Amino acid sequence: MIHSLFLINCSGDIFLEKHWKSVVSQSVCDYFFEAQEKAADVENVPPVISTPHHYLISIYRDKLFFVSVIQTEVPPLFVIEFLHRVADTFQDYFGECSEAAIKDNVVIVYELLEEMLDNGFPLATESNILKELIKPPTILRSVVNSITGSSNVGDTLPTGQLSNIPWRRAGVKYTNNEAYFDVVEEIDAIIDKSGSTVFAEIQGVIDACIKLSGMPDLSLSFMNPRLLDDVSFHPCIRFKRWESERVLSFIPPDGNFRLISYRVSSQNLVAIPVYVKHSISFKENSSCGRFDVTIGPKQNMGKTIEGITVTVHMPKVVLNMNLTPTQGSYTFDPVTKVLTWDVGKIAPQKLPSLKGLVNLQSGAPKPEENPSLNIQFKIQQLAISGLKVNRLDMYGEKYKPFKGVKYVTKAGKFQVRT
Amino acid sequence: MTSNSLAYSEQPGGGEAAELGQEAIPAPAPAGAFGLFGSDVKKNEDLKQMLESNKDSAKLEAMKRIVGMIAKGKNASELFPAVVKNVASKNIEIKKLVYVYLVRYAEEQQDLALLSISTFQRALKDPNQLIRASALRVLSSIRVPIIVPIMMLAIKEASADLSPYVRKNAAHAIQKLYSLDPEQKEMLIEVIEKLLKDKSTLVAGSVVMAFEEVCPDRIDLIHKNYRKLCNLLVDVEEWGQVVIIHMLTRYARTQFVSPWREDDGLDDNEKNFYESEDEETEKSDKRKKQYTMDPDHRLLIRNTKPLLQSRNAAVVMAVAQLYWHISPKSEAGIISKSLVRLLRSHREVQYIVLQNIATMSIQRKGMFEPYLKSFYVRSTDPTMIKTLKLEILTNLANEANISTLLREFQTYVKSQDKQFAAATIQTIGRCATNISEVTETCLSGLVCLLSNRDEIVVAESVVVIKKLLQMQPAQHGEIIKHMAKLLDSIAVPVARASILWLIGENCERVPRIAPDVLRKMAKSFTSEDDLVKLQILNLGAKLYLTNSKQTKLLTQYILNLGKYDQNYDIRDRTRFIRQLIVPNEKSGALSKYAKKIFLAQKPAPLLESPFKERDHFQLGTLSHTLNIRASGYLELSNWPEVAPDPSVRNVEVIGLAKEWAPSGKTKKENPVKKFYSESEEEEEEDSSDSNNDSENRSGSESGGDSSEDSSEDSSSEQESESESESEVENKRSSKTQRKSDLEDRGKKTSRSKTSDMSSTGSSSAEENSSDSESESESESETESRKVPKVKEKKPQQDRNPINPGVSLLDLDDFNLVSTPIALPTPALSPSLIADLEGLNLSSSSSVINVSTPVFVPTKTHVLLHRMSGKGLAAHYFFPRQPCIFDDKMVSVQITLNNTSDRKIENIHIGEKKLPVGMKMHVFNPIDSLEPEGSITVSVGIDFCDSTQTASFQLCTKDDCFNVNIQPPVGELLLPMTMSEKEFKKEQGMLTGMNEASATIIAAPQNFTSSMILQKVVNVANLGAVPTSQDNIHRFAAKTVHSGSLMLVTVELKEGSTAQLIINTEETLIGSVLLRELKPVLSQG
Repeated sequence: MIHSLFLINCSGDIFLEKHWKSVVSQSVCDYFFEAQEKAADVENVPPVISTPHHYLISIYRDKLFFVSVIQTEVPPLFVIEFLHRVADTFQDYFGECSEAAIKDNVVIVYELLEEMLDNGFPLATESNILKELIKPPTILRSVVNSITGSSNVGDTLPTGQLSNIPWRRAGVKYTNNEAYFDVVEEIDAIIDKSGSTVFAEIQGVIDACIKLSGMPDLSLSFMNPRLLDDVSFHPCIRFKRWESERVLSFIPPDGNFRLISYRVSSQNLVAIPVYVKHSISFKENSSCGRFDVTIGPKQNMGKTIEGITVTVHMPKVVLNMNLTPTQGSYTFDPVTKVLTWDVGKIAPQKLPSLKGLVNLQSGAPKPEENPSLNIQFKIQQLAISGLKVNRLDMYGEKYKPFKGVKYVTKAGKFQVRT
Repeated sequence: MTSNSLAYSEQPGGGEAAELGQEAIPAPAPAGAFGLFGSDVKKNEDLKQMLESNKDSAKLEAMKRIVGMIAKGKNASELFPAVVKNVASKNIEIKKLVYVYLVRYAEEQQDLALLSISTFQRALKDPNQLIRASALRVLSSIRVPIIVPIMMLAIKEASADLSPYVRKNAAHAIQKLYSLDPEQKEMLIEVIEKLLKDKSTLVAGSVVMAFEEVCPDRIDLIHKNYRKLCNLLVDVEEWGQVVIIHMLTRYARTQFVSPWREDDGLDDNEKNFYESEDEETEKSDKRKKQYTMDPDHRLLIRNTKPLLQSRNAAVVMAVAQLYWHISPKSEAGIISKSLVRLLRSHREVQYIVLQNIATMSIQRKGMFEPYLKSFYVRSTDPTMIKTLKLEILTNLANEANISTLLREFQTYVKSQDKQFAAATIQTIGRCATNISEVTETCLSGLVCLLSNRDEIVVAESVVVIKKLLQMQPAQHGEIIKHMAKLLDSIAVPVARASILWLIGENCERVPRIAPDVLRKMAKSFTSEDDLVKLQILNLGAKLYLTNSKQTKLLTQYILNLGKYDQNYDIRDRTRFIRQLIVPNEKSGALSKYAKKIFLAQKPAPLLESPFKERDHFQLGTLSHTLNIRASGYLELSNWPEVAPDPSVRNVEVIGLAKEWAPSGKTKKENPVKKFYSESEEEEEEDSSDSNNDSENRSGSESGGDSSEDSSEDSSSEQESESESESEVENKRSSKTQRKSDLEDRGKKTSRSKTSDMSSTGSSSAEENSSDSESESESESETESRKVPKVKEKKPQQDRNPINPGVSLLDLDDFNLVSTPIALPTPALSPSLIADLEGLNLSSSSSVINVSTPVFVPTKTHVLLHRMSGKGLAAHYFFPRQPCIFDDKMVSVQITLNNTSDRKIENIHIGEKKLPVGMKMHVFNPIDSLEPEGSITVSVGIDFCDSTQTASFQLCTKDDCFNVNIQPPVGELLLPMTMSEKEFKKEQGMLTGMNEASATIIAAPQNFTSSMILQKVVNVANLGAVPTSQDNIHRFAAKTVHSGSLMLVTVELKEGSTAQLIINTEETLIGSVLLRELKPVLSQG
């Protein structure tokens, strides 16, 4: 399936290559560079490119291109999903998926890639299994290894590989047994000019951090499971239990993982926690315009809205912006034309606003459309859909674990058209 | 060691050191190639020394640097001899890195690579499975043709390895060997065939991958493994799932008949699937009535459904394409939700998913209509995503939503991304052509855009307007005039050409403007683009024909200019036009028709989706994404007209069972046999359903539903079953989990025990929990008590206790699909039955089991009439399945239909007015039911073994309706299987007061065995008991609530009389049943 993999950085250097079958020359990437040039923007490079002898399937992650070379028919999502899994694994091992991290750990990267694919077909992609095969680098371990000469590579088959719970490693031991769940909900919305909601939807995930000894069997139940309209599960979850009882029952992997992601049923109205007042205007035949944006809380259910950031992609004709914020700070990048306003918390007494003048290129026609505002925010201790975890039970182990649930609501793709 | 290496050892991390080492190489490059060469050699010398040292740390260091070089794409091949020596290193990390090196360079240095082979051959025998596996991996990865025989041997050996992990690697090695030497195909197919039988979930994905690569056309290898693969699918790792699902999709398309004919009428977009529909209408009509889904087909569709919930986008997409290609159209709707979910994922995933949705939305709009807003475009989306979303929005546009969409489009048109704005204009054009209501609105909107400041927008509008006007040429003189004016300002060639063409086409409608335009164009002819020049020539020609007085000279002037143009295309055209329109003696007959040629009515262009022609590729494939046939693409065949023999899939069951009979005592075989027995049973159930179904279809419209639903029910059981099985299978590795499972099971067992008459107190932990399975329990239990070690044999024995007599007798009938009642017996081979009979006799204890229903009547009862329900109609029927909510409940399926013209919201069960003791499990509220929509829900009611009415309220958002369910007495039973001996024994204990009897008189033709069976099971949910006497028919069941036995005997007497005897503790029900059975049996 996957023939070769090339890692390419933003400036177009191929800094790593790995072949699972016969070697494919680096020159195949020229087709990719060609497409990249044509696309102008990295975001627009087509993920699937056809060349005379090969097909290139690529992903763009963390300023790196992962370009895989394919020779025969294969579901493209298969490759894309796998490449993302590779990037996730790097992230997991090195804390970041960057060129520097990969170059620093090139041997581990190679060992990982060797284990993840055999002859182009995925072999071991579960992080728990990989970590048993190849230990992640830590400072302590590298010191110990250099003294004792022991290696980072395990010499027995990970127990998970053969069991029916391949995601969990065996013999996990903790002195403090803890299980934490983060319920993170994101509001995707498009708000139109007049402030009415064109489209709004809540997407959520439950991320878990489980540090429990042995083989705990957990079941997590909700107060209002009906809210969850469409759910995707980590493989550890027993689908039948969910179908019949709406309870998440699972033997968890060790460490951090995403338990479920869900969408809240579209029938429920989405409460939009902020409103935006805006007036952006460009004068005809003059080289300036006005910019005035105010943000206020709407239904925040007694919680403060924090971490507000407003990002605006200004039209190309904008040369500079001269603004005064009542709160926070702003930056305008004249090259990319991106205005970023870091607002912080909303204090209800005085609503934050950003006002001022826009300098336009003289002579150029005024922009057709006002730019849309992308808004980020965060509300702690609140799941906007109202989802509530009822209880977490553990079976199979004797000890009493420490349990915790955290709720956060964030803005997802939250866009205000102006 | 040199000072150089000392310097390296000072570096903190090995990887970093290697990195530095490489950076050193390009540095001297500017100084000259010589310097580069020198340093390279020197460096490699140094590495060689390190590799030859006897310290592992130095070797490791060297290997790390070498791997760094490989990763960079630098040539390290000359180190081969030094590296290959270390292949036998004790240090596992060095060994692994040497493997990496070998795989990379062995192809180039074949002779030297052979040195390492013996090491691998030794490692293949290592007791550590990881070492065996990795030896096989490397051995098969070094592409040296000379070792093909060794590889072949290694693969064969590994495919029989005890470790599934090694077998998985063997499956991978198959593909490698095949690509190295395709000659080995036949031998490899043998190994594939063997591995396909493997029941480890670890192996399944890899071997199917090998199958797809080596012999995708050998579909016959799949037959026997089909059901196993379906059942294992949920437990296979995600990558394997994708491959298996794709393969099974192809398989299903060759083995089953199309399930689509039924709902043909619903969808008129699908004509292309049935090209010769007209001729076939009659035929397909016939078939329509006969169509019943093959139970194996159903199995696949059902078992893939949970995978829609996978976190892996590729799996979700694979299931989606499976549903799209092989499920009935009415069921494919469930995939849209999951696909829309994927749109939250990475950009690349979005791209692929949107492409597939685009193709789907052309054919079946309805699927994605509810998610319209999910395709709204954000200004931050990349352009390729925006265009795809736009495409989908266009496909989904209809009269109802077009106004919202147009408003949305207005925002897009103003987008700063001009490419996207242009695409939006195209879209508006397409909407205008597709939906005649809005053509005018769109047109005027587009005309407004003509005054836009951006040229691309204007040009695009012109092109689209041209297409629109072409469709309705009349009454648009104004627009044409407006566009003629635009010619002065607009510079985009396509737009100019479009305007000129439009004027030429309508020159008679704008008689004063057209010549003037030609005049202007003649002036600027030389500086125009080729595209525009051609249109000027066309315009000239048309005007010459219609208005030669004014334009004769102008046209000739233009023709002269064209004659000397640089572009040969234009010169050609000029010559052609001149010959046609300018009369001279040489011009032939054609010039008479010049006017007809130039001013012919031209058909309006069809504005079609660019995704239209993609649908012939299988969704989710690379070929579909690229819209070209990728190499290795496997065509999805059309449905066969007549289904190939479905028995190819079960033949093997018997074969296997036979084959395994001698070795059946070993532990390992257990799970798979279970799978088989299960799937077989499944099939029986389904086939009985579908048979009944086809039989009763003419009568009740809910027939189709009922068969589906009931099979769905049984599926749920089956799934749980297989889950628990896989858990059992792996109990060694996860004891704790097993414990919890046992707990569960224990609970269930105890519950069923109390309700079960068989108070033998056997509660083996291995007991099967599902009721439908439990017909086998007795045997296995008794066995396990007697010979505990052999208890794993259970599944094989499972089959046998089911009335061997009947199965033998009805073997022929069973094969004939037309038999009205399919008995729940498999087609067992006689020899096996003989074997099993022996076992049967050995078990003396009487344990009685609930079996699957013999027959499920499709008769529905009205719960709520649509007139009294304000458009909401409800029917119920008894699927005769053990209730999933509670053992003591009777499951009732309620089908809700919305016959009104508006949505009915929030359908739920309100207040319940149940007699004392009765309980009811309600269905989950239904959020909304679309007009014409229908939904089936199941509820469970504990009737306490009485025929009392359950009254409750069926509520919608606005209304509440009082409804009643009164169960026929026959539905308060669950069928059982028991042997004749047991029956007699039980009957002996239920005499006297517990016996009720009646005499029946009827015509002899009504006393054939099949007639009696049919009549009895039609009335009551009884299980047939095998009988040795022709004149006595026995049936057994237990009551749902109390679990009391209900034994029915029909004894044929002399003449046309018969004795009907019912023995039961529940005398009340017994007498009611007697009363109901009597008229049924006596009537003709």
